[in-house]
Parts: sequence; C-alpha cells; structure tokens
Amino acid sequence: MLQAAQPDPDAPLLDRLRAGDERAFMILVERYRPTMLRLAAGYVPNHAIAEEVVQDAWLGFLHGLSRFEERSSVRTWLFRILINRARTAGVRERRTTAISDIGATVDAARFDSGGNWLAPPQPWTELVDDRLAAEKMAEAVRLAMVDLPARQREVVTLRDVEGLTSAEVCGVLEISEANQRVLLHRGRSRLRERLESEFGRA
Amino acid sequence: MRLRVPVRRTLVCQQAVELVTDYLEGTLSRADRRRFEKHLGKCHGCTEYLAQIRATIAVTGRVTADDLTDEMRTEFAALYRRWQHDRDAGERP
Repeated sequence: MLQAAQPDPDAPLLDRLRAGDERAFMILVERYRPTMLRLAAGYVPNHAIAEEVVQDAWLGFLHGLSRFEERSSVRTWLFRILINRARTAGVRERRTTAISDIGATVDAARFDSGGNWLAPPQPWTELVDDRLAAEKMAEAVRLAMVDLPARQREVVTLRDVEGLTSAEVCGVLEISEANQRVLLHRGRSRLRERLESEFGRA
Repeated sequence: MRLRVPVRRTLVCQQAVELVTDYLEGTLSRADRRRFEKHLGKCHGCTEYLAQIRATIAVTGRVTADDLTDEMRTEFAALYRRWQHDRDAGERP
C-alpha cells in the first residue's frame, strides 16, 4: 500500500548543506549513521568494514548533492546509496538470506493438530510501561536483530527503528510491497519470540 | 498481492498469526479482515499475540544506537570539509 507523501523533514538541511553549513551535515550524520551502520553490517564481515562503507556512502551522498532532485526523501536516497555501496563491498548477503527466510513464523509445535494454540503466548506486554524493563527489552531487540537474516534485518531496521513507510523501504531495497511485507512479518515474529522467551511469564 | 486464506468458515490460530502483518499493514481483503477480527474476538491467545506484535514494534522503535564519539565527529567534519574544498576547487563532473 502506498502511503501519501509526507514533507521530508530533512529537506531544509539540503540548502544549508549546499551552502557549506557543516552543522547541517553533522545533524544528518547524527541522525542516520547508526541505521546506516546497522544496514552495512548485514553485508560485510566486520565492524571496521561497515564503518568504511558508511563513510564511503556519505562521501557519495555529498558528491551527489548537486544532482539530487528531491523526488525521493533525503533518507531514502541516502540509504539507497548505502545499500549499493554495501552490496559492492560485501559478500555475506547471499550466504545469509535464502535458507533462513523460509518457515512458519510461529513454531508449529505450539499448535494442536487443528491449528489451535496449545502453548499460547506468555504475557509480557505490560512490562513495556516500566521504563527500566523497556530499556532491557530494547537492548534484547537490538541483540536479536543481529541474528536476523540480512533482508529481514534491513526491513525491520528501516520500518520499525527508522520509521520509513513501506513505499520508502521498497524504494531503498528495490523489492516489491509483497516481499517487503513477508520480510517484515518474519522479522517482527522473530523479535516477538525473543521478547517472549526472555520476558514472558508462565 | 494478497495472502490467500483457504476457504473455510472460520480461521484457526495458526492461520491467524500469519495474517497479523497484513492486518496491521491494511492489506487484507475486507472479508479476510472480518474473519481475522472475528477470530480475535473469541480467541484470547491470538489477541495476546497481536498485542505482543504491536508491543514488539513499539520496543523496536526504542532501539537507538550509540552516540557519535568525539573522534568520529572529527572524522565526519573532516570528510565534509574535504568535499567542500574539492567542490570549491572546481570538481570535475
């Protein structure tokens, strides 16, 4: 489903960037470097190379500034540059995606033969309102995301951490809306599973 | 493309959990959405499951990465200045 275009929160920074305002650049770096690093990590073997890819992408971004026509949002464009650089630099992607993307999202053993819950979800959602517990949960999710297959991690990072729309995610990763939903579904399901196993109570 | 639900009168839990994302994304057909909501109305486990997926999304939104170290800040500032310098010196197309 295509969402209506929203004003790009980064657009005002573009003019400042072009005019040579270093602070505008640092604002963008602060805002997007963490996500870029997480995305790059899905493609390359170690953190140092991921950092290099991110730097390289920022340089590509700056060099492309004069050609950027604002048909997409700044972050969509930036993330697309990053993904392209990471794919060129990396080899891990193909190894880690395909196989682990297959399978039901909830362990079949938790249902009876009629498909009804045998072991329903253990409750934990009330903990989200507790600030300390919520911090622990966010940390658990951050760690669990590392174990997701690269494609799932990308989609979850862009949608649920970064808050991109589904249309933006499809643009960045060059995948279909249907594919995006499948990856999102699997990724979220795994993160839920991890939260349940760590915080759920019988 | 819509997820096809086998034609039967009611959903079972194992099918319902696979529809959660399409439900949240608003991509279920009206008929499937009605069946999904009807199932939720009488199934505590699936209601809890949906609540947990929503909570998972909320928790994921709180994931933040480490702040920039001063060293990195310096590096990025240098990167920007280098670019600016190249450009002002007449960057080749």
